[in-house]
Amino acid sequence: MKFADEYRDARLVHALAARIAGEADPAGSYHFMEFCGGHTHAISRYGIEDLLPGSLRLIHGPGCPVCVLPVGRIDAAIRLAERPGVTLCTYGDVMRVPGSRGTSLLRAKAAGADVRMIYSTLDALAIAEAEPGREVVLFAIGFETTTPPTALAIRRAAQKGLANFTVFCNHVLTPAAIQNILDSPELRHLGRVRIDGFIGPAHVSTVIGTEPYSFFAEEFEKPVVVAGFEPLDVLQAVLMLVRQVNEGRHEVENQYGRAVRRDGNRQAKVEVAEIFELRKSFEWRGLGLVPYSGLRLKETYAAFDAERRFDVECVSAPDNPACECGAILRGVKRPADCKLFGTVCTPETPMGSCMVSAEGACAAHWTYGRFRDRARKAS
Amino acid sequence: MTAKTYRRKLDIRNGRVDLSHGAGGRAMVQLIADIFHEALDNEWLRRGNDQAAFDLAGGRMVMTTDGYVVSPLFFPGGDIGSLAVHGTINDVAMAGARPLYLAAGFILEEGFPLAELKRIADSMGAAARATGVPVITGDTKVVERGKADGVFISTTGIGVVPAGLDLSADKVRPGDRVLLSGTIGDHGIAVMSKRRNLSFETELVSDSAPLHGLVAAMVRAGGHGLRVMRDPTRGGLAATLNELAQQSAVGFRLSEAALPVKPEVAAACELLGLDPLYVANEGKLVAIVAPDACEAVLAAMRAHPLGRDAAIIGGAVDDEQRFVQMTTGFGGGRIVDWLSGEQLPRIC
Repeated sequence: MKFADEYRDARLVHALAARIAGEADPAGSYHFMEFCGGHTHAISRYGIEDLLPGSLRLIHGPGCPVCVLPVGRIDAAIRLAERPGVTLCTYGDVMRVPGSRGTSLLRAKAAGADVRMIYSTLDALAIAEAEPGREVVLFAIGFETTTPPTALAIRRAAQKGLANFTVFCNHVLTPAAIQNILDSPELRHLGRVRIDGFIGPAHVSTVIGTEPYSFFAEEFEKPVVVAGFEPLDVLQAVLMLVRQVNEGRHEVENQYGRAVRRDGNRQAKVEVAEIFELRKSFEWRGLGLVPYSGLRLKETYAAFDAERRFDVECVSAPDNPACECGAILRGVKRPADCKLFGTVCTPETPMGSCMVSAEGACAAHWTYGRFRDRARKAS
Repeated sequence: MTAKTYRRKLDIRNGRVDLSHGAGGRAMVQLIADIFHEALDNEWLRRGNDQAAFDLAGGRMVMTTDGYVVSPLFFPGGDIGSLAVHGTINDVAMAGARPLYLAAGFILEEGFPLAELKRIADSMGAAARATGVPVITGDTKVVERGKADGVFISTTGIGVVPAGLDLSADKVRPGDRVLLSGTIGDHGIAVMSKRRNLSFETELVSDSAPLHGLVAAMVRAGGHGLRVMRDPTRGGLAATLNELAQQSAVGFRLSEAALPVKPEVAAACELLGLDPLYVANEGKLVAIVAPDACEAVLAAMRAHPLGRDAAIIGGAVDDEQRFVQMTTGFGGGRIVDWLSGEQLPRIC
């Protein structure tokens, strides 16, 4: 497969792994967080951890858009879907995310709510056009990557004067979440977690560019290497981070130069800025309230805002008290440290957010890597 | 069906299924005669009974039943009719058996075009003739519009197992080899390429095919060493191996590099975020074979047109946790877990 196999070349992978092992100080330790769920998935699926030296640990961050959706927003979406006359459109992954009291959109659908799985925001627009009698609500989620398509759908709806199309906006921002993790007491004061550097998001960075990460590199003195999602990308980024740590540098570097520019995608950014504005704070599952981390529709586009049209109320609901998702997302704990992991919490019956999507830290570990826990226990 | 007593010919070109076609009156008899008997014609159907009577030579019989709800009904490389014949034959054949007869039940949705129904029945008849396994009895029901999706088919198959052969999912032992008859994921991706909202351009066709000939060749070559066979349909190869691991209380270790995947399938999976290990097949089988019979069975598979790309993809290992593990292309390890949730609804 062209443009994919090249980045999975076993020979090059082994050469890079050998170089990392050669350059990483065996007496030192390197804790790198991959923020993005796409990296978590790639690392697990390709067994990349097995290729890294023992002194190097990858911490799976909160960058799984489905995983960070708080229970209150899911509950609100379910209530929206249950309203007569409403058709709720959403991406497939979201359907299984548990709300409070064992609910989910999938269950609401089975009970009769009109929930439809879409592949593109424009599918939702097409449904609204084809079924003018229905109130079509796009349950929009995701980071900077999925925000421009939502903006596009809203702009098209405005152009067409579609009165039955609204967006329940849950778009969130990557830099705010990274800052929240770096500001967490475990990291700053308690010293319970170490993060020596970040593997920066791939697709998110195609939109926002590498510039927004400069702040972390300077303020927190942590190197950031923006990387693609292929195995060779991840390994090369790890090598670049090891070198920065060894040389005492903390810079923003771009491994994913074939797709990411310093300024990102200007047109997409303009489109988003035209339609959305920052919320004062937004709740993240696992992280809690994070200031200036979420987007909502501007007043000009209020007619397309489902929260305004349907008076959506989001009541914050706690996760299961035994759920360690918050600590896992911040790198304080590993999936296997959670009492629920693999017992009552599995991908079939997820309790916490990290188990929901294949990109979540727990789901990735359960699906691809749990055999390593056995080895860890044995040793 | 004897003298035709109805006045007007069935308007196959423009007509549609209506509720009278399931009501037990002349319209139903006409539909069955003009579409199903015409397409599936054989001596049993010609007798027009509510059941088919046949003699058996004796020996060990196998029986299987299967429902088909694939969407879309027509896809590259097949349709629901041929799929129902192939799928049921394969379920019989996986016991090492020679399939003998099929039965088919049709649930039709009011409003379904008769032309498409005829196309499906003809395709079913062609598949049955080509495989030498006739559909000898059937049933037709019509439900109101919106209560089904065009056509659902339910088929039953029976067959006879050669003497001395007893394949079963609890017979896998550590050290056994895992053989796969060809490339994985072709059917699922071909069907998906024609889905509404998702359609993409590909020349890929479904691998839908009857596997009883391939099975017969494998049994002849190394029947004594065959532990179990499965056709990895829904849930793909991953589901099949996890089932076998559970039932035999072993683990499996696969080699990613040995897995045959067509470049088109790999590319489509990449695009859609799928893993070929979980994508459905309709013309492939997995055989678990004792080490001493492995080479002979593999050679027999490769000599058969439906097993040309057969490969040894791994082996059974001792593992009380019954994990299916895979060595990735770079020598890392990962689990090949059950599919959670629904990757692709209604693929067969």
